[in-house]
Amino acid sequence: MKAASFDYVRASSKKEVLRLLHEHGEDARLLAGGQSLMATLNMRLTQPKVVVDINRVEELNRIRNESGYLAVGAAVRQVQLTDRAELAREVPLLAKALPWIGHFQTRNRGTVCGSVAHADPSAEIPLCLVTLGGSVVLESLKGKRREVPAADFFQGLLTTDRQPRELISEVRFPLAQDGTDYRFQEIAMRHGDFALVALALCLRDDGAHLGVGGVADRPVAQTLPLGDDLPDALNTLAWSLGAQDDVHASAAYRRQLVRELGQRLIEEPSHARPR
Amino acid sequence: MHAPAEQRSEIELELNGETRHGRAEPRTQLCDFLRHELGATGVHVGCEHGVCGACTVLVDGVASRSCLMLAVQADGRRIDTVESLARDDVMNDLQQAFSRHHALQCGFCTSGILMSCVEFLQKVPDPDEAQVRDMLSGHLCRCTGYTGIVRAVLEVARQRQSGESQQNASENPNDV
Repeated sequence: MKAASFDYVRASSKKEVLRLLHEHGEDARLLAGGQSLMATLNMRLTQPKVVVDINRVEELNRIRNESGYLAVGAAVRQVQLTDRAELAREVPLLAKALPWIGHFQTRNRGTVCGSVAHADPSAEIPLCLVTLGGSVVLESLKGKRREVPAADFFQGLLTTDRQPRELISEVRFPLAQDGTDYRFQEIAMRHGDFALVALALCLRDDGAHLGVGGVADRPVAQTLPLGDDLPDALNTLAWSLGAQDDVHASAAYRRQLVRELGQRLIEEPSHARPR
Repeated sequence: MHAPAEQRSEIELELNGETRHGRAEPRTQLCDFLRHELGATGVHVGCEHGVCGACTVLVDGVASRSCLMLAVQADGRRIDTVESLARDDVMNDLQQAFSRHHALQCGFCTSGILMSCVEFLQKVPDPDEAQVRDMLSGHLCRCTGYTGIVRAVLEVARQRQSGESQQNASENPNDV
C-alpha cells in the first residue's frame, strides 16, 4: 500500500526537532531509519500530519563512551555499532545481539534509538537495554531533560513512557563489568524474523541475570539462582510472563523455550559458544 | 527543508553515476520514484513493508530497502540500481553466475538480491556458505529454494579472489 499524505520536514538541528515536536505533538512522527515507521506508514497504520526526518541531524549521530556507559544518539544506525571494533569490549551483550536484529540490509538503515522508540516486545535492542539496566534520555523544548531507567520506559506492546513532545535523544548502555559473562540467544522461524523467544544473559559467579524478549508485552529481566534451584526459578519466570498463543507459536512452546534455552544458555561452558 | 503534503518537490540525486532530477510528493516511496519518475524499472516493488527485499538498492553504496525510504530523503544521495551492473549490454560476473547456476526463475526478487550481493561481497570478499545464507535471509525467493543463488555468489567470490573475473565477464553468458 501507499502512505497517506503528510508534510515532510528535514530537520537540521536537535533544536529544530524539539521545536517541531512542540508545535505538532501527537500529529508528528519522527523518521530515523524508517525500518518500522515506513512500514506502518505504507500500511496506513499510522497517518501523521507531519513527518520529521532526523537523519541529517549531525548532533544526534554520535556514539560517546562516557564513564560507566556507552551513549548512542538518536540518528545512530545499527550498522555503526556492528562496525565499531571496540563494542565487543564496551558492551559485549549488544555486540552479540546485533547480528540477530533483522538483516544486514535493515541494520544498514535501522537506528538503535528507533528500535527503542518502537518498543516491539521481541526486539533485541530493548531487551539488551533492560537486561543491562540501561536508560533512555528524553528531551523536549519546554520540559526538563529526563533520564528514565529502561525497565520503567517500556510499558507494554509498542507503548513507552515517551510523551508526544519528547525526543529520545540518546540511550545509555552500561559498560561491561569484570567477572560477568554476557550471552545472547534466540529462536525465530527463520534467522532475522521476529524472535519467538530471545534471551540476554549477564552471568556472574553468584547468579544469572536473565532478560527475556518475545514472550511478555515488554522485555523482562530477573536475577536467578545458579545450581539446583535454577530449573524451578526458570519455570516460575516462564509462567510469570503471561505468554500468549499466536500464529507463530503456542504459549506452552514459548514457556518451554524460556526453560530449556534459559538453562542451556546459563549452564553451557563459555568456550562452547560459537557466536 | 519543508515539503508540503500533496505537492511535488524537486529532488536531485545521482542514479547509476548520472545526475538526475525528478519531482515527488513527500509520501512517495523511493522505489516508486525510481521506477515511475526516473524509469529505473529494474527496481521491483514487492511487499512495501521491508520484508521481501525485492526493492533493495544501494544508497551511498549501502544496501537498503527502497520501499522503506521516502523519495525526498534520497535528495543529494547516490543511488545504484540493478541497471548499474551490466556494461555495454554485457552482464557482469555476478549476473552471469546467476544465469549459469539457475539462480532465478521468475526473476522478480533477483534485482534486489544482486544489489545486496554487491555490498556484501565488498564487505565480505571471501564468504562461507553460512554467511551467504545469512545475507540472503533478507530476501524472499519463492522459485529457487536459494541453492542456485548460494552457488552463484560463492563462485563469484572465489573468482574475484583469484582474479578470474575479468575473463569471465567477457564470456557469453549463454554458454553453460
